[in-house]
Amino acid sequence: MKVAVCVNRVPDTETKVKIGADGKTIDKTGVNYILNPYDEFAVEEALRVKEKFGGEVIVISLGGSENVEVIRKALAMGADKGILLKDDSQRDTFSIAKALAEVLKEISPDITFFGKQSIDYDDQAMPSLVGELLGIPSITVVVKLEINEDGTVIAEREIEGGREKVRGKLPIIIGAQRGLNEPRYPSLKGIMAAKSKPVEEREAPKFENKTEVIEMLLPPPKKPGRILGTDASAVPELVRLLREEAKVI
Amino acid sequence: MLIGTKFKGVDFYNTDDLLTDDEKMVRDTIREWVDEKVIPIIEKHYMEGTFPMHLIPEMAELGIFGATLPEKYGCANLNNVAYGLIMQELERGDSGIRSFASVQSALVMYPIYEFGSEEQKNYWLPKLARGEKIGCFGLTEPDFGSNPGGLRTKAEYKNGGFVLNGTKMWITNGTIADVAVVWAKLDGVIRGFLVEKGTPGFEAPEMKGKHSLRASVTSELVFQDCWIPEENILPKAVGLKAALMCLTQARYGIAWGAVGAAMACYETALEYAKTRIQFDKPIASFQLVQEKLVYMLTEITKAQLLCIQLGRLKDQGKANYVQVSLAKRNNVYHALEIARLARDILGANGILNEYPVMRHMNNLESVKTYEGTHDIHTLIIGEYITGFSAFT
Ligand SMILES: Cc1cc2nc3c(=O)[nH]c(=O)nc-3n(C[C@H](O)[C@H](O)[C@H](O)COP(=O)(O)OP(=O)(O)OC[C@H]3O[C@@H](n4cnc5c(N)ncnc54)[C@H](O)[C@@H]3O)c2cc1C
Ligand SMILES: Cc1cc2nc3c(=O)[nH]c(=O)nc-3n(C[C@H](O)[C@H](O)[C@H](O)COP(=O)(O)OP(=O)(O)OC[C@H]3O[C@@H](n4cnc5c(N)ncnc54)[C@H](O)[C@@H]3O)c2cc1C
Repeated sequence: MKVAVCVNRVPDTETKVKIGADGKTIDKTGVNYILNPYDEFAVEEALRVKEKFGGEVIVISLGGSENVEVIRKALAMGADKGILLKDDSQRDTFSIAKALAEVLKEISPDITFFGKQSIDYDDQAMPSLVGELLGIPSITVVVKLEINEDGTVIAEREIEGGREKVRGKLPIIIGAQRGLNEPRYPSLKGIMAAKSKPVEEREAPKFENKTEVIEMLLPPPKKPGRILGTDASAVPELVRLLREEAKVI
Repeated sequence: MLIGTKFKGVDFYNTDDLLTDDEKMVRDTIREWVDEKVIPIIEKHYMEGTFPMHLIPEMAELGIFGATLPEKYGCANLNNVAYGLIMQELERGDSGIRSFASVQSALVMYPIYEFGSEEQKNYWLPKLARGEKIGCFGLTEPDFGSNPGGLRTKAEYKNGGFVLNGTKMWITNGTIADVAVVWAKLDGVIRGFLVEKGTPGFEAPEMKGKHSLRASVTSELVFQDCWIPEENILPKAVGLKAALMCLTQARYGIAWGAVGAAMACYETALEYAKTRIQFDKPIASFQLVQEKLVYMLTEITKAQLLCIQLGRLKDQGKANYVQVSLAKRNNVYHALEIARLARDILGANGILNEYPVMRHMNNLESVKTYEGTHDIHTLIIGEYITGFSAFT
């Protein structure tokens, strides 16, 4: 089975985001980057598919040369080889999807994993978009996956208030949701072995952006809290405000 | 794993720039594991005085045991800096966890690798790496701690093997070990022997009543006419020097480990000081508290630089045992001071097990004593620089 995983490099979840001088990108100074957490589930599932059916796992990442770090992490976890699609420009989701689709078409994996979203721009669009561009099925927000010998795929996906069981057929794209599995730690041997695994570097195919970021905005600063009183007599007013002003009850 | 890595590290001098990408990946992997698997459970084990046995297979899976040894024995073949970073992160969790890994790696796998026969290496190293077998290192005796050269445990040649008699004390992992590396005198010369659990005449009762290293098993090893086959002698372990070579390995790891414990205490104290209000202000705004925090950061930074350079020298085969003594002595001393100051900054909360500082503080008292006491390292360095031995 040929398995591909597309991975992204994102700011650590605990980053306090500051907007850069151009007003359109984040200030990268002091930001710690990690493998996108949802991609960890994707890598883990890819490895499990390989362990069950044999074959190889190819990790793909589009971005600057720093993205090699996240490829190496996936290789340390057990993936076999990496492809870095080098590109330092600011791309929108569509042009990234176009580039990934082009490369995936050439590799033609039986199954391709993505995280269901990247925690940086939060678009949640990549797995579906790439699926559409390739004209193959995609199932995303997947929390359980079963692949049968005959090539049918049964995936359970999270939906509002419950789960949905979906059937598809290889080749397919899967967007991994938290809960799909428990990602393994890279082993120390794995980290050493990753050094000698091949990472092919090529220019990312160029495509026009369809959208452009014009400004980035931080959420408005929190208003200071209001103290209504310090004993039980404040409760009725609190309830009124929660109901009428905050509209949360 | 969505929370990312919780511990950010203390890196005031950008020492990360001195590390390779692999070294950082090794460190971050162990860091994350410690945050997720050690820190949430360690207080309970510490209070109950038990070692978290369930972590052994996980540590093995990660490849922590004998991490610097070659792949052919199932090990990761890491360099010494990466190994040190592992020790740092483990001890940031608890000195007992680091002690377990130190003993298994530096005091059991290392001597088998360095002094063992090919059969001994092939038999033991993969099992110890996989955590299927646990080892311990028996050098200290009730009457011989700082002066191990005087040890009394005796080996005599008999019936195609050796008969051991004597008692070891303070032996980490003794009760849970499947194999003990035991140092005993054969015709007056110190030699290393492998004694398996269950050998008639060998008992390893646990020592109780510790106020320190409570999440670590410490034992006596008692040998009474304990016969072991001839092939259980480590052929190349001859003289006290062999035992001391093992200690140099372990002391190196301790120098790094102490930095981890210090970082945990500093981080806790800094966060606490910024949020604890007294006299209407955060206590972090008082000069006396700042002075303590600055001391902590300064000593952590110095200790980090010592460790990295020592590791680089070790990787080049240029580190000597005196340099290792200096790092062990300095880093453990300051880590203990840092733990005490952190305890102080936390006020009454500092004594509670909601915070890690008092546990680290108590642990570091053992760390200051074992693997050569602080003062013994003073004498080692003192002798080296002056040419005068002050031991007797
Ligand atoms: C939790 C724990 C785990 C341990 N694990 C192991 C283990 O796995 N294997 C093992 O073999 N041992 C182990 N040890 C033993 C440890 O190595 C010894 O405790 C240590 O070497 C000190 O020996 P001692 O306790 O007999 O102290 P002593 O040697 O009696 O020292 C007492 C004091 O006298 C000082 N002193 C001694 N000689 C001199 C001198 N010449 N000049 C000035 N001062 C001197 C010392 O610095 C110290 O302050 C462990 C100890 C502890 C606490
Ligand atoms: C086991 C135990 C039993 C106790 N029993 C009692 C009892 O029976 N009755 C009772 O009333 N209390 C009791 N206490 C409470 C004890 O008196 C307080 O813990 C102590 O006064 C310190 O207060 P704190 O813990 O809130 O620390 P904090 O006041 O928060 O101090 C934290 C740190 O900040 C430093 N600090 C604070 N202010 C300043 C400043 N202005 N400048 C510089 N540094 C500053 C302190 O020196 C300390 O290092 C007990 C405490 C313990 C641990």
